Amino acid sequence: MIDFTVVDLSRLQFAATAMYHFLFVPLTIGLSFLMAIMESVYVMTGREVWRRMTLFWGICFGINFAMGVATGIVMEFQFGTNWAYYSHYVGDVFGAPLAIEGLMAFFLEATFIGLFFFGWDRLSKVSHLAVTWLVAIGANFSALWILIANGWMQNPVGSIFNPQTMRMEVVDFVAVLFSPVAQAKFVHTVSAGYVTGAMFIMSISAYYMLRGRHLDIARRSMAVAASFGLASALSVVVLGDESGYVTTEHQKMKLAAMEAMWHTEPAPAGFMAFAIPNVEKRENSFQIEIPYALGLIATRSLTQEVPGILPLVDHAKTRIRNGITAYESLQALRANPQDETARKTFNTTWPDLGYSLLLKRYRDDVAKATDADIEKAAFDTVPNVPVLFWSFRVMVGIGFYLIAFFALCFWLASRHTLGNNRMVLWIALLSLPLPWVAIELGWLVAEYGRQPWVIEGVLPTFYAASGLTLVDLAISLGVFLAIYTVLAIIELILMIRVIKKGPADRSVLEDMTGAPYASAAAPADANR
Amino acid sequence: MIDLIPLSYEILRLIWWLLIGILLIGFTLTDGFDLGIGTLLPFVARTDAERRVLINVVGPVWEGNQVWLILGGGAVFAAWPPLYAVSFSSFYLAMLVILVALILRPVAFKFRGKIDDLRWRNVWDWALFIGGSVPSLILGVAVGNVLLGIPFGLDDTLRPRYAGNFFGLLTPFALLCGLLSLSMIVAHGAAVIGLRTQGAPSDRARRYGRIAALTAAVLFAFGGLWIAYGIAGYSVTSVQNPSGPSNPLLKTVAQSTGAWLAGYSARPWTMIAPALGFAGCALAWFGMTVNGWRIALVGTSLAIFGIISTAGLSLFPFLLPSSLQPNASLTVWDASSSPLTLWTMLLVTGVLLPIVVAYTAWVYRVMRGTVTTETIGRNPNAY
Repeated sequence: MIDFTVVDLSRLQFAATAMYHFLFVPLTIGLSFLMAIMESVYVMTGREVWRRMTLFWGICFGINFAMGVATGIVMEFQFGTNWAYYSHYVGDVFGAPLAIEGLMAFFLEATFIGLFFFGWDRLSKVSHLAVTWLVAIGANFSALWILIANGWMQNPVGSIFNPQTMRMEVVDFVAVLFSPVAQAKFVHTVSAGYVTGAMFIMSISAYYMLRGRHLDIARRSMAVAASFGLASALSVVVLGDESGYVTTEHQKMKLAAMEAMWHTEPAPAGFMAFAIPNVEKRENSFQIEIPYALGLIATRSLTQEVPGILPLVDHAKTRIRNGITAYESLQALRANPQDETARKTFNTTWPDLGYSLLLKRYRDDVAKATDADIEKAAFDTVPNVPVLFWSFRVMVGIGFYLIAFFALCFWLASRHTLGNNRMVLWIALLSLPLPWVAIELGWLVAEYGRQPWVIEGVLPTFYAASGLTLVDLAISLGVFLAIYTVLAIIELILMIRVIKKGPADRSVLEDMTGAPYASAAAPADANR
Repeated sequence: MIDLIPLSYEILRLIWWLLIGILLIGFTLTDGFDLGIGTLLPFVARTDAERRVLINVVGPVWEGNQVWLILGGGAVFAAWPPLYAVSFSSFYLAMLVILVALILRPVAFKFRGKIDDLRWRNVWDWALFIGGSVPSLILGVAVGNVLLGIPFGLDDTLRPRYAGNFFGLLTPFALLCGLLSLSMIVAHGAAVIGLRTQGAPSDRARRYGRIAALTAAVLFAFGGLWIAYGIAGYSVTSVQNPSGPSNPLLKTVAQSTGAWLAGYSARPWTMIAPALGFAGCALAWFGMTVNGWRIALVGTSLAIFGIISTAGLSLFPFLLPSSLQPNASLTVWDASSSPLTLWTMLLVTGVLLPIVVAYTAWVYRVMRGTVTTETIGRNPNAY
């Protein structure tokens, strides 16, 4: 019935689009805020150089914003095109934050971004500053709503299954909005965006410093980026979203997989610094552990246990069996809506209905599942341990490295020696890709770690796909991959050109505003 | 919580049917002229300078305009999940074509001006042409297919399956609808070009715009006749509870020629929609002929309002009829979200949509006036 090749290709297409989309989004989230800060300094001090900074980083923002929009549309529409049963099953809950994102956030950002670029000579300084801030606020609100939607996929609160409509329906929107998983994800993700923006500005400015070009802009940009970057890098790690991992069953499984922790350990659990997980044998061939650390990170306590993978699998078996009861009572209820016994059974067992759907991979009639089917389905709830283990470690490593890096830059900048330290400038330039690596790995941990669920505990991923054909998927996947590749190359070429060309010189600005350049406040650019 | 909702499920569904219509019209009125100008770009503007003028007419506003489409998608997802699921997955390859076009467009706007080379710019001009014309055409083809009914079915778990293919969408009637959509959008784009530019592009826009307005009126009339005499519409033959659960399998549906027009005799006041469609085309043609570009823009806007409303009203209460399993057709009364979602989203929309319209209007006001080579030259951010 379900074509698993189509499911896998649909997953690949979604993952490719999401990861590609998120090459551009964090940069625009970070840059929009940094642009707003720079323009605020311009308006407060009247120093023209700050406006040139705003303009230049704005051009980089604009290119990435266009790519973010283009891929964002694909992201949104893919739920309907490739995940039709998902859209039906959870649209009542999941659609709302997406729609509100458009209404509250994306409209704001996209409408004012035009004025940001075209409004310099038509708006007063203060009005234009307001426009820039609205763009930044829009970008951040946008992240908020998307992460509320994503948080619900990880922790589906505030909703129940309705047998009449065969789908999840919302009963408590407030619970969806203030889900601790969503809130933790939001802070973690936008902070990562700020780090990306700061790193981008650091690296490009370092490049100018090393080349001895645009020094007035580069030096100031670095100062802003160093302080903003340090605050954000701290925020990413301190307010990291692992605090949300203890809240639900599968988040616990994800945590155990990230730690390659097969058995429950007595509290407080140790943090696995290094391990070679052996998935076949369900144990680690080798491991080095830091005592207490995981218990502290995950539970913020010394007494709470962190459960291991195998005990969680055992628990999944119980839930699958319970889910079979829910499934049977649902069938009875749909055959006869007046069946009060079935209704009572369903009302107590429905939270495990999703676990019974895991069996659909092995048996169409869930009620006939054997112990072997249940065993297999229960082990399906374990995500890919080695991938999660290593992705998480590289991400965390980069996170700590970036704190150290920005702390160093901040310290040097406060002593006004950052610009002279060529080694640090080189480090800054070479560190450019790191935030992206960490972010992509972070999403991998969050989403690949959520497998086999698309909605945790509610809907298995394979059960949510559209009934498309292999030909459909082959065409769309080929087209998307080709377009993404070509556009990525063009984007890179353009960014390099823009960066090589550097910020516009003053004569352009005189033209633009029709007003003479306010030179009194700006120090001479060493290189011009 | 559900007891606190002051409106009935029926009314909520009706309001959301209207709101989706408003979003679709909002999209066509705003992003429509971006699409129209993109389509006209290679023909109306011959030199790079002329093309830059046209691109910079839409430059400051296209990003915001496009959000109408994104919001429309999100709103259908939130308010009509089964419609979102069935239509998007059924039109899979058609959606792919639209998505490719919509990827090309933002990128073309941003990339075109960054390199001063005619060949480079020519490539992106054609990308803008494709990004404008293809979605305009395909969205119309999609509406045509909805009027014809789509070969989809629902199993007893409400999982949709689609039994058609991409080329099956390209029937003569659907293509007529596609051309109607394209000509309506081109006329709208021409009106904006006329209003915001001077000289040769404006003159050429008049020529193309008049033809487009006339074509739209003729195709609209022809489509109406086709629906009356050639196409089997759908009607619900069982009693349907407008406040019933959102399960499309609880009713029966029959097909008969002319059924799409039954609503107009039952509610004669709805005839105002097609009337506005024709009046709008006529007004647009007249405005362009006498160089009254404001009149022309009012005309194309009315035409868009009238023509889209006509499609929606003809289908009512259907959202997406099924030719394969007519009883599984999606209607306003059985394909919505829960009352709580509809109500919450209505509150949010009631507060935010007026704010969006207000600041969009403000941005248009700030950016008003004629775009010329000189005004572009002053701005290093111009496309």
